[in-house]
Amino acid sequence: MNDKTNGQASQASETITITIDGKEIQTEPGRNLVQVANENGFFIPSLCYFPEIEPPLGTCRVCTCKIDGVAGPACTETVRDGMVIEAETDELIDARKAIVEMMFAEGNHVCPGCEKSGNCDLQHMAYELGLQHKRFPNVFKNRLVDFNPKRMIMEHNRCIKCLRCVKEVFTDDGKAVFSFRYRGNDTRVGIDYEQEALLTSEQAVRAMELCPTGAIIVRGEHAKPFGDRRFDMQSMQKSAPAADPEIVLPKEKKTVATVSLAGCFGCHMSLLDIDLKLLDLVNVVEFNKSPINDIKKFTKHCDIGLIEGGCCNDENVETLREFRKHCDVLVAFGECAVWGGVPSMRNTIPLGECLEEAYLNAMTTVDDEFEVPYHEDLPKILDKVYACSDIVDIDYYIPGCPPDADHIWRSVLSLISGQQMPVPYSEFKYD
Amino acid sequence: MNNKSITAPGQSPDLILERTDLIAYLWNVQKEHGHIRFKDIEAAAKALDISTIDVEGVISFYHFFSRYPTGEFTVYLNASIVSEHKGFERVKEAFESATGGQFGSVDPSGQFGLFETACIGLSDMEPAALINFHPFTNLNSLKVKQIVAKLKQGADPADICDEIPDHVRHTPEEDKVILMRDYDHGKSVAKLAAIQPDDVIEEIKKSGLRGQGGAFFPAGLKWQFCAAEEGEPKYIVCNADEGEPGTFKDRVLLNSRPGLLLEGMIVAAYAVGAKEGYIYLRAEYRWLLHKLEDEIKRFRKMGLLGRDAGGIKGFHFDIHIKLGAGAYVCGEETALLNSMEGKRGEPRNKRFFPTQRGYLQKPTVINNVETFCAAARIIELGADHYLTTGTETSPGTKLISVSGDCRHPGVYEIEWGTTVREVLDMAQADRPHFIQVSGPSGQCISIEEADRALALDDLPCGGSFMIFSRQRDILGILRNYTSFFKHESCGLCTPCRAGNFIIEKKLDLFAAKLGHRDDIEDVKSWGKMMQMTCRCGLGKTAPNALLTAQEKFPEYFETLVDQNPDRLSKRFSLKDAVREYDRFSS
Ligand SMILES: Cc1cc2nc3c(=O)[nH]c(=O)nc-3n(C[C@H](O)[C@H](O)[C@H](O)COP(=O)(O)O)c2cc1C
Ligand code: SF4
Ligand code: SF4
Ligand code: SF4
Ligand code: FES
Repeated sequence: MNDKTNGQASQASETITITIDGKEIQTEPGRNLVQVANENGFFIPSLCYFPEIEPPLGTCRVCTCKIDGVAGPACTETVRDGMVIEAETDELIDARKAIVEMMFAEGNHVCPGCEKSGNCDLQHMAYELGLQHKRFPNVFKNRLVDFNPKRMIMEHNRCIKCLRCVKEVFTDDGKAVFSFRYRGNDTRVGIDYEQEALLTSEQAVRAMELCPTGAIIVRGEHAKPFGDRRFDMQSMQKSAPAADPEIVLPKEKKTVATVSLAGCFGCHMSLLDIDLKLLDLVNVVEFNKSPINDIKKFTKHCDIGLIEGGCCNDENVETLREFRKHCDVLVAFGECAVWGGVPSMRNTIPLGECLEEAYLNAMTTVDDEFEVPYHEDLPKILDKVYACSDIVDIDYYIPGCPPDADHIWRSVLSLISGQQMPVPYSEFKYD
Repeated sequence: MNNKSITAPGQSPDLILERTDLIAYLWNVQKEHGHIRFKDIEAAAKALDISTIDVEGVISFYHFFSRYPTGEFTVYLNASIVSEHKGFERVKEAFESATGGQFGSVDPSGQFGLFETACIGLSDMEPAALINFHPFTNLNSLKVKQIVAKLKQGADPADICDEIPDHVRHTPEEDKVILMRDYDHGKSVAKLAAIQPDDVIEEIKKSGLRGQGGAFFPAGLKWQFCAAEEGEPKYIVCNADEGEPGTFKDRVLLNSRPGLLLEGMIVAAYAVGAKEGYIYLRAEYRWLLHKLEDEIKRFRKMGLLGRDAGGIKGFHFDIHIKLGAGAYVCGEETALLNSMEGKRGEPRNKRFFPTQRGYLQKPTVINNVETFCAAARIIELGADHYLTTGTETSPGTKLISVSGDCRHPGVYEIEWGTTVREVLDMAQADRPHFIQVSGPSGQCISIEEADRALALDDLPCGGSFMIFSRQRDILGILRNYTSFFKHESCGLCTPCRAGNFIIEKKLDLFAAKLGHRDDIEDVKSWGKMMQMTCRCGLGKTAPNALLTAQEKFPEYFETLVDQNPDRLSKRFSLKDAVREYDRFSS
């Protein structure tokens, strides 16, 4: 008895020293490196890591660090005395960002339409990393939404193959409910309908909560409103918010053109939401072609073009190309312009099927008039909805659906003044 | 096959005792019915008390397991780069026209299933295919026509398949031949009686023998680690998965020196105190299975395996074979262990070495076929003899598999230190330009570097040596590799699962003459990111060929980029994008 307490006491008091980015840290042996680093003010992102799962999964690789000189995941490491870790080098930060971008490129993530938005670990990590767009091409792979399970809906578009559900969700009999199927780029989570039906409601909800993305949705569980969600307001990075710099405005006014392509005009409405700052804005910019002043044609070369919406028809493409020719700098603002957004949700369904469903197999007001509208005056619908960067080079991106008014304001001001205006965490959103 | 506890189809599935027999059970069903039916899955799940999705997950991981019928005759045509250069497309068309089927499916009559597959270890005889897992080599249109005609008349592929020659083209001068010298049974095992296990480890360490599977880890040290472990029982595993495209040296050893391999495993078992050994044989080499089984039986009869193996009191050791089912990644040692355990062949986290927690979490030595063979020779001939070959820093000899554009493709036993040029000359290479050393996961060199030596401190070579002549399109080679990695990625980690796919798309752009200079930089930085972040060797090495090619052939890549890019993406074709809508114009 006595022995035991002594043993525990000496173990608890044992400290070791590790070095992260040159800073020495005292901690207890055997703890997880991600936790130790984050508690000490270093930011190592993680996605598949879930403290209760042992051994850690090590699948997503966003926690990659250099550990004693060798690159590897932090989440599978326990701290040892003398360990030397590189955590926040430019190379590592860029690699992690690239991996998160890959997850977005690989799946079909439309945050504005996702039940998990605001509570999603993937989205959260993208916020923390300041991910404005992805460097990889959009793939829009056709993935399944499976409504067959009794309690759950499997939204394969959003699964990042973290393995959490596979390793952690079992029936009371100890049978797996999930397993990976296929391999390589075709890997997806398989769900056993029979076993899923045996889960209790609590177990099903726990599976949904365990999933870092919106891939597992339990029927009847509703999305939470903005403000009540886990990742809306507060960054987990402890660094103090940067103060706004003193902005020196240029003497000459910049010309700005704006347009809404396959968007809903919401981004333009948000632009107008900057309220009184609009008065400041007109002091420093002059609008050319834009719905704001209803100028329909470019009358001169512009400094900045703000694009809302992606491209869903040939007219969008032509307009966007015209903007590229007439503007020095093009900014895609809003989810639709940046990634395709809500309209791109049709991308996994062939256009022919969409049109047949909408026009040929639907009810009409005129009897027997089943026809897909097609006329030389009508824009032609593209096979899928494209992000602006698929069509022309885009220089800057402002995500959000719509982007927060202040976010737009800060970005535009940065462009005009050439000074970086930091965007606070709470204003940087994809929904 | 290890039949102890496996259900033959038709028998009660209750006989499956262990998860470790799952792959063998699935093979039995696949062989019997040409596919795996849901009731087979249910039977396996019931017997193992697991969910059906668990079994489905395993089946869908392996290329050679199918949930749909694969035809009475199942053709797997090799799609590796060497095959591609030697006429893959023509052979493919010949199969399609002779059978009336289409690749990727079974013909309407259900007789022929036509599928592509990754390198099948016959690069010295391409194009090659497996039909019901029997090898057919040096294919051309005429030969395919004849084969299909015979099969239609009821011939058994086993009777009409090709004899596979060893094609051993070169060995060092007499005294220095290590692996390919004549083999007599029991010579190295006979030495064990007089020495202690520790002495064996010392001898192997002294010889400097390193792993011949590509990672070159010192073999003696590995054995020492395992010997020092407390856990029981210990296992010896031979990695006979030989999946690296262009490698076929293990095939030749398995075919011509199976006894040497078994002896190497016995030596290792004696050294570390293991009781059981396994050979993980890739399914592509199923045609070698009987030979290996016969050799094991012979060893048992000779007393070299079994109780008091080799006549050593108290040393009980036996060897069984486990068959893979079509997954390159299962050559990765921890993926291989998972596969042996009846799971998906996903690599494990690198928290423990297999010598600490290997097969069934027990201490395990896992080595390549050639490593075991060399170890047997070292015990037979003595480390001192071994050290007379090769160079000071790379002692010994190495088997390399030479293929591609040369007169004499085949296996060469060379001393370490031999130059690339010497190999090219021996093989009578045809205008060599681009040489891929150690396979797609290795590195490429240009002919300018032909004076470099194949040695650990210069140009290490795991076994694959592919020669490409001036006429070959480098981008075509690289695209073939990338597509290979994309198919073979296990899918567990993001950078490999998505990275190979994304890089493939980029290379498609260059092929369509739409690549920009930025894209070259992108590929470089994405490749480096994969090397740094991937979970296992597959993803870490997948970009190697591409990155080394960029380094060695910069002028070539310059010719690939669009010299007049503008800021409107030429990649987007409005014409193509409205084509589907235009269908509704009438
Ligand atoms: C993707 C991948 C595939 C591999 N394939 C093989 C293989 O086919 N044969 C082999 O011996 N080693 C292969 N290896 C290397 C093994 O992981 C391991 O290093 C080797 O079996 C150890 O044996 P050795 O030390 O005798 O070479 C592969 C490694 C990776 C990462
Ligand atoms: S919120 Fe939904 S759509 Fe957005 S990243 Fe998360 S899972 Fe994907
Ligand atoms: S469904 Fe969710 S928990 Fe399961 S692998 Fe996908 S992202 Fe992870
Ligand atoms: S690198 Fe990752 S995805 Fe690729 S094979 Fe290894 S573990 Fe699987
Ligand atoms: S959090 Fe470490 S690999 Fe996913």
